Amino acid sequence: MIVPTEWVLMLSAVLFAIGVVGVLVRRNVIVIFMAIELMLNAVNLSFVALARAKGAVDGQVVVFFVMTVAAAEAAVGLAIIIASFRNRTTVNADELALLRG
Amino acid sequence: MGAALFLVLAVLTVAAALGVVLHPNPVKSALFLVVTLFLLAVVFVLLEAHMIAALQIIVYAGAIMVLFLFVIMLLNLQIDDPERGRRRLVLRGLAWAGGILLAVELAVLTRGAPVGDVGTAPAGYGGAEAVAKSLFTDFLLPFELTSILLLVAVVGAVVLAQKQRRPTIS
Amino acid sequence: MGLIEVGIAAAKAFAVLMLVLHMSAILLWVERKGSALIQDRIGANRANIFGVMPFNFGLINTLIADPLKLITKEDVVPAGADKFLHFLAPFLAVFPVMVTFAAVPFGDQLVIGDYTINLQVAALDIGILYVLAMSSLAVYGVVLGGWASNSRWALLGGIRGSAQMISYEIAMGLALIGAVMTFGTLDMQAIARAQGHHFFGLIPAWGVIYQPLGFLIFLIAGIAETKRVPFDLPEGESELISGYFTEYSGMKQAAFMLSDFAESVVVAGLVTTLFFGAWQVPFLFRDGFHLPGGAIVALPHLLVVALQIAAFTLKVFFFCVFQILVRWTLPRYRYDQVMDLGWKYLLPLALANMLVTGVVIVLLG
Repeated sequence: MIVPTEWVLMLSAVLFAIGVVGVLVRRNVIVIFMAIELMLNAVNLSFVALARAKGAVDGQVVVFFVMTVAAAEAAVGLAIIIASFRNRTTVNADELALLRG
Repeated sequence: MGAALFLVLAVLTVAAALGVVLHPNPVKSALFLVVTLFLLAVVFVLLEAHMIAALQIIVYAGAIMVLFLFVIMLLNLQIDDPERGRRRLVLRGLAWAGGILLAVELAVLTRGAPVGDVGTAPAGYGGAEAVAKSLFTDFLLPFELTSILLLVAVVGAVVLAQKQRRPTIS
Repeated sequence: MGLIEVGIAAAKAFAVLMLVLHMSAILLWVERKGSALIQDRIGANRANIFGVMPFNFGLINTLIADPLKLITKEDVVPAGADKFLHFLAPFLAVFPVMVTFAAVPFGDQLVIGDYTINLQVAALDIGILYVLAMSSLAVYGVVLGGWASNSRWALLGGIRGSAQMISYEIAMGLALIGAVMTFGTLDMQAIARAQGHHFFGLIPAWGVIYQPLGFLIFLIAGIAETKRVPFDLPEGESELISGYFTEYSGMKQAAFMLSDFAESVVVAGLVTTLFFGAWQVPFLFRDGFHLPGGAIVALPHLLVVALQIAAFTLKVFFFCVFQILVRWTLPRYRYDQVMDLGWKYLLPLALANMLVTGVVIVLLG
């Protein structure tokens, strides 16, 4: 079953755009995080599609690394959110503005 | 038939991704993201990347999203609800921004699509052996560095999420 | 994809589904009567038909009265609970468990006329990865069941359960790697077929002989995954009422109980396939028995297939009964003991097992 590569790349672009809108619009820090994960997955999809087009597994190995780094980033990011929640009891990104000049 | 199946999956994936971004309840957002990841794993199988599809479910849908759900539950987050009126304006503006971004991406893609005829994949493509061979020969250094990165992340997460110990007065 | 292929695939899927469901029902009965035997009581003898109770077997109670009761009970959703998640959680608990059995081979191959039917629902090249993926999805039923009930005990049970499950998934996966290294493939039917020869012509080359430590680790981690005693803190019956499915009644609770037994059938199925030769009967090959003396007993093909399927079923049943025996013998672990066992003992042991297996494979060539 062959899927046209352009279609997969377009799906990846749509998902990426939805992720960008999510990061910019939502105020809940955890939902922002989830939109970032969505963007990473869109990029993964691009890699897999182009790896298939070229017939080389290198793209899939890159996806492997992206997944691993995303896991590490999710763990540390959520730990930071928990730590800051302990101090400020809010997850609204507008209110977490201590560094604002 | 592969193209028709892919269209169905694409529509479902976009719907689930919109659910992630638009739903006010963070738990439902997380569940929509799990659905999106699952559907993406199915697309990976369609693209003959079997090992990556299995890893997507094991790592992303099975571990990272469980972590997200844990944090959302333990923090017992309220529903995201800033001021209504201003939000609609911001939403509209940013939806336009997203739309323009998408249009630019699609324009670039359809103009200079870098791939021609795909053809059949080589034997064993996408299986565990092919990926592992490439991982442990060409990509050995990034592999080792990633393991160190994961160790750092584990230590960092444990330290950051610890309860604060009150400083003892000596 | 001709119609006949679709029909064969559907028939295989149906057969496996029936196997899992019927085995769960039988195990429910074995659990009630078996626990009664172990605890020196009669057990399950309350229901009877017109005062007649056949031989005190407890069959009417377990197989007729209990399901009827569960089906006809009112479905109570607690106030303030998230209705959709409350409805979704039992489904998420049952679905991955049933689907895992698609990769498990229950026989060698059935030849009917022109068709060679591989007796495995889904012939996947990455069978073991698929099994791991589905068991990591099983966590969602627990997490959402605990969260959606809007109750303290349920949430506590849900958090404990999911933390335990994700901890033991790691030990389970690493124990599986030892078996994968030994057989050199992730395909479960190929692993089953590779256990067909015999050492010295006498001892069947089952996985447990290659990987005894891996078998033990996998068995313990599997029992912890199914949240059975001694690892049943998530449904700690004396502390948390029913843990993560406290607020469920009627068929939804039946779904959770079904997932409990189906998970133990799946763990038994995996142990059988990887470590006990799946459908292999000692000395039975495709054309009949090749006995060690040199005698060959030729058997018709259908009889060979039937013997292999029966052997698989018996082995799975044996391991399920073993899990039931363990349940009614051991006391419950404390939570920190559960976590210690998973992270401080099983994980290093599984890593050591992997290391030793690798060294031995390299030395023996």
